Amino acid sequence: MRKLEEKIMKVLMLLSSAIILFVLGFILWKIVQMGLPSLNWDMVSKTPAGGFYLGKEGGILNAILGSLMLIGCSVFISIFLSLPVALYINFILQRKSRASGIIRFAFDVMFGIPSIVYGAFGFMVMMYLGMQASLLGGIIAVSLLIIPIMVRSIDEVAAQVPKDLLEAPLSLGATRYEMVKIAARQISPGITTAILLAIGRGIGDAATVMLTAGFTDGIPTSLMQPVATLPLAIFFQLSSPMEEVQQRAYSAALILTLLILILSFSTRYFSRKFSKTRI
Amino acid sequence: MTMNSQSNRALYIVPDEPESTTQEAQERKLSYPLLRVMDLNVSIQGKKILHNINLQIPEKSITCIIGPSGCGKTTLLRSLNRLHDDQADIKISGSVMVDNEDIYGKNVEVTHIRKKMGLLAQRPTVLPMSIFDNVAYGPRIHGLRGRRKLYRIVRTQLMAVGLWEEVKDRLRSPAIRLSIGQQQRLCLARGLAVSPEIILGDEATSALDPIATTKIEELFLSLKQDYSIVLVTHTLRQAKRIADYVAFMYLGELIEFGTAQELFNNPQHPLTKDYIAGSFS
Repeated sequence: MRKLEEKIMKVLMLLSSAIILFVLGFILWKIVQMGLPSLNWDMVSKTPAGGFYLGKEGGILNAILGSLMLIGCSVFISIFLSLPVALYINFILQRKSRASGIIRFAFDVMFGIPSIVYGAFGFMVMMYLGMQASLLGGIIAVSLLIIPIMVRSIDEVAAQVPKDLLEAPLSLGATRYEMVKIAARQISPGITTAILLAIGRGIGDAATVMLTAGFTDGIPTSLMQPVATLPLAIFFQLSSPMEEVQQRAYSAALILTLLILILSFSTRYFSRKFSKTRI
Repeated sequence: MTMNSQSNRALYIVPDEPESTTQEAQERKLSYPLLRVMDLNVSIQGKKILHNINLQIPEKSITCIIGPSGCGKTTLLRSLNRLHDDQADIKISGSVMVDNEDIYGKNVEVTHIRKKMGLLAQRPTVLPMSIFDNVAYGPRIHGLRGRRKLYRIVRTQLMAVGLWEEVKDRLRSPAIRLSIGQQQRLCLARGLAVSPEIILGDEATSALDPIATTKIEELFLSLKQDYSIVLVTHTLRQAKRIADYVAFMYLGELIEFGTAQELFNNPQHPLTKDYIAGSFS
């Protein structure tokens, strides 16, 4: 009887893994199949020329660079805001104290807010400040979107740091700040994961940037100019009635996927190379 | 009650015992304690963990705190270097004097206290950095700079714990790669590197295999030439092997304190007798 139970569970686990892998494989295959034919050097090296959205010359360099600029700045800002929060609620406050519970709850709520709401909120703030859709607006909205993701995922690993490890520097006469530095070092692989999650979420989100970052055919030269992003480039091209343009949407999707893959592999590679916590 | 029985102790010593000379030396040390715990009361979340502890720990010797689990051994040890400071809902009264300075005094800097005492935890807690940096960490946070000076300290301390030969070719590799016994010795070296006066060990060998345990015990025996060592242990045999002085605790009270010789051969309190005889553990 127990043998049978074990077998059933095993089959179930295998089945769910297979379903997920199949879906992933199918998506990747579909993107490659649809996107590869129209993927060429022009796509990644040129900005859209006049009539690009009607199937004429040009590429989506504006969106590629735009997305990278936007996510780069947002991740940079977010890490400086979320790392201290996660360290504070784990290592300065008592882990299970009321205050850290409230902070965690707040970030859980923020985590659950749909990205379009962040977009709308950002838009409202921009209206109030008299700003136009711009790179800066996009950075603020995307940062709002990814900060809760970062805080919660760093928090998860920070909670695993054994108490003994925190007491080790303290018993050598370290200050609280020096202790927190050790803790941050210990969880550095977790911080990398948090950054990757944030990049993945932020770079692919269309709703936040639609209202805040705008769209443009050029590459912005200041924070106040609008910026194009890959998700919106996909969205606009896919909604075109022309098949040629629709195909380009798939190659834009392919580029976006490759970009995320490259970013996550290289981040993992470098963090492993410099990590002292892994074997 | 402890201190009273202490003055009568001399009566119980049989003069022609072979250890009597060391015994006398040990008795002498008791009158010049390095660390004095006075009327220490600790309660956590309203529950009293330690009741009126009075204890004098002599210098340059090994003092073992024994007793059944949950008797407050670890709490007492942690009170000695104020590791309870950051815990919520804790009340501490009384004083702990080190070098005639009350560590619970008002203007005492806690980092200064902790520097005087190295702590060895139950499981080795290597810092997420290289072997070299682990040992150099303490001196560095206390402001020591200069590669050569640091290297000298690292080498001396690693030699002191017998780890130098094993790791000298891979000082730059992550400390986490060492075996668990090596890690514990590294932690000891790290503690020694800030030149403490006292080494506190909280069941420091309980996670180790017998061979690694023996190594650590031998280390303690050689280190007591220069340091005062206070160990919490729940293996009675370990206390018998290495202790000079033993404190027996039960339900948050210090029942008996004396030289290992006296306490094991001639316990005064019925509870101590029972515990040593193995009636409860």
